[in-house]
Amino acid sequence: MSKVLMKGNEAIGAAAIKAGCKAFFGYPITPQNEIPEYMSREMAKSGGVFVQAESEVAAINMVYGAAGAGVRVMTSSSSPGIALKQEGITYIAGAELPCVIVDVSRGGPGLGSIQPSQGDYFIATRGGGNGDYRHIALAPASIQEAVDLVTEAFDIADYYRNPVFVLADGMIGQMMEPVEFRDMPSRELPEKTWATDGTKNSRKPNIINSLALDPAVLEEHNIKLDKKYQQMEKNEVRVEVFNMEEAEVVLTAYGTTARVAKNAIELLEAEGIKAGLIRPITLWPFPHQAFREIPGTAKAILTVEMSMGQMIDDVKIANEGRLPVHFYGRSGGMCPEPQAIVDKVKEILGGVK
Amino acid sequence: MLNDNRIRVITGSYGTGKTEFSVNYALKMAAAGNKTALVDLDVINLYFRSREKQQELEAAGVRVISSSIKGRGADLPAVSAEAAAPLQDTSWQVVLDVGGDAMGARVLSRYRTYLQPGEYDMFFVVNANRPETATLDGALEQLEAIQRVSQIPVTALVNNTHLVKETTLEDVIRGQALCRQLSEATGLPLRYTSLLETLVPQLKTTEILDGIIFPLSLMMRETWMS
Repeated sequence: MSKVLMKGNEAIGAAAIKAGCKAFFGYPITPQNEIPEYMSREMAKSGGVFVQAESEVAAINMVYGAAGAGVRVMTSSSSPGIALKQEGITYIAGAELPCVIVDVSRGGPGLGSIQPSQGDYFIATRGGGNGDYRHIALAPASIQEAVDLVTEAFDIADYYRNPVFVLADGMIGQMMEPVEFRDMPSRELPEKTWATDGTKNSRKPNIINSLALDPAVLEEHNIKLDKKYQQMEKNEVRVEVFNMEEAEVVLTAYGTTARVAKNAIELLEAEGIKAGLIRPITLWPFPHQAFREIPGTAKAILTVEMSMGQMIDDVKIANEGRLPVHFYGRSGGMCPEPQAIVDKVKEILGGVK
Repeated sequence: MLNDNRIRVITGSYGTGKTEFSVNYALKMAAAGNKTALVDLDVINLYFRSREKQQELEAAGVRVISSSIKGRGADLPAVSAEAAAPLQDTSWQVVLDVGGDAMGARVLSRYRTYLQPGEYDMFFVVNANRPETATLDGALEQLEAIQRVSQIPVTALVNNTHLVKETTLEDVIRGQALCRQLSEATGLPLRYTSLLETLVPQLKTTEILDGIIFPLSLMMRETWMS
């Protein structure tokens, strides 16, 4: 199929429908409004349902219900709305149900701003819900990648019976880029024998629940969940490593910021400075191995974010104290300029030499 | 080029490149020594609006009018009362950059008094690479919805078929085929074919393209964007 021009939010909606999403529940918030708008127009055409819920809390609980019935389901929101969904997300993770949650993040804290931000790294990787739960967090850096990852997210969710979180900053949601809807490799998925889709008088009723009052039973459940999360850590890490050969400094950034960082790397190259990039595509599980493979030429790591520094904690864990870790960030809805990153790299190298 | 009626209204489905066309148009007008105003009437988009380039535009001599609420982060469909000034004052050459789709065109009906036949041109910008307007039916539906909601007749078409920086001449020519169909169905002339200025040297002859060639320099895309 040839390329079309789409806004990130529309493309995310289109990808979900193509992946077989049959239910969407959401509530308006900028800068993700084009997702529910698109879904409200397109879901019925493909035999799905769209509901504008009365709140984000209602929407995520509708997701809980639809996921329990074995239906491919998605919700989307932006930062403050995602914060509201956290209770539902931990329930869904506890009940081991698949769903896709898209966060088109904006400036915070609180109501913040409507401009792009990466201040939701913590909520995406640590979660805001209670208990020992994890979910994969995918971070696209282009509209094409958003389409590919959202398509795959439904398979990943079904495979692990777990929510999958897609973190797209406001720029990815609002930007227009050429995109192609291609066939993605699909996983072999088990039948949803656990779904509450009617016994048809042929089996015992299935129960969807996240309550286990017996501590021994709950601990067993936690151990089972943890094994699943370990499998995700082993099998689902995605990362792009760019221009790393003989790099003097290693930039690390995800989403929109990685695009800006790549541009900065080109500018540095023109000045004879070799810089590489580690771009986590999964924020959780974090690509630790890529940091172990940083070449000996590297003198420092520079983490670039559209926040006051959230991923930098994971970078420090992955770095295991080998190299000094620096930070450059813009926040509040401001986007870093390539030249500012160039200047920061020069400052770091000046300090190292 | 630019020899249109005093008020130019730029409409179309979102993602067609109305804002790039509007900003480029206003800059060309000002460069030719015209007293030019660009009115950003976009109440649909929150990112990539012409007001973001206010500084650059004003430095080039273009008067920029947008929301009455300052700051680019306001999530409010507010338009400054100043928008009517260059419409009333006939010493101004005006470009109205309208928000996408019929929803964005709704704001236009407020200015209907000033948009009298012979006083204005209303362009319908077409990008055949946008899924909604990739077919004749889709494009017609958008055009009619915009006219119905704004209550203002479109006067000409602009072929601005693109894939941002990946645009090739094949895209432009494919868009032209759609515009010819649209032109036949509506009786509207194709006034401009706008394309990346970097593509213009690839044109062996300008005769293959309909209308006036309008070279575009991308003002709204950051260097790191594709």
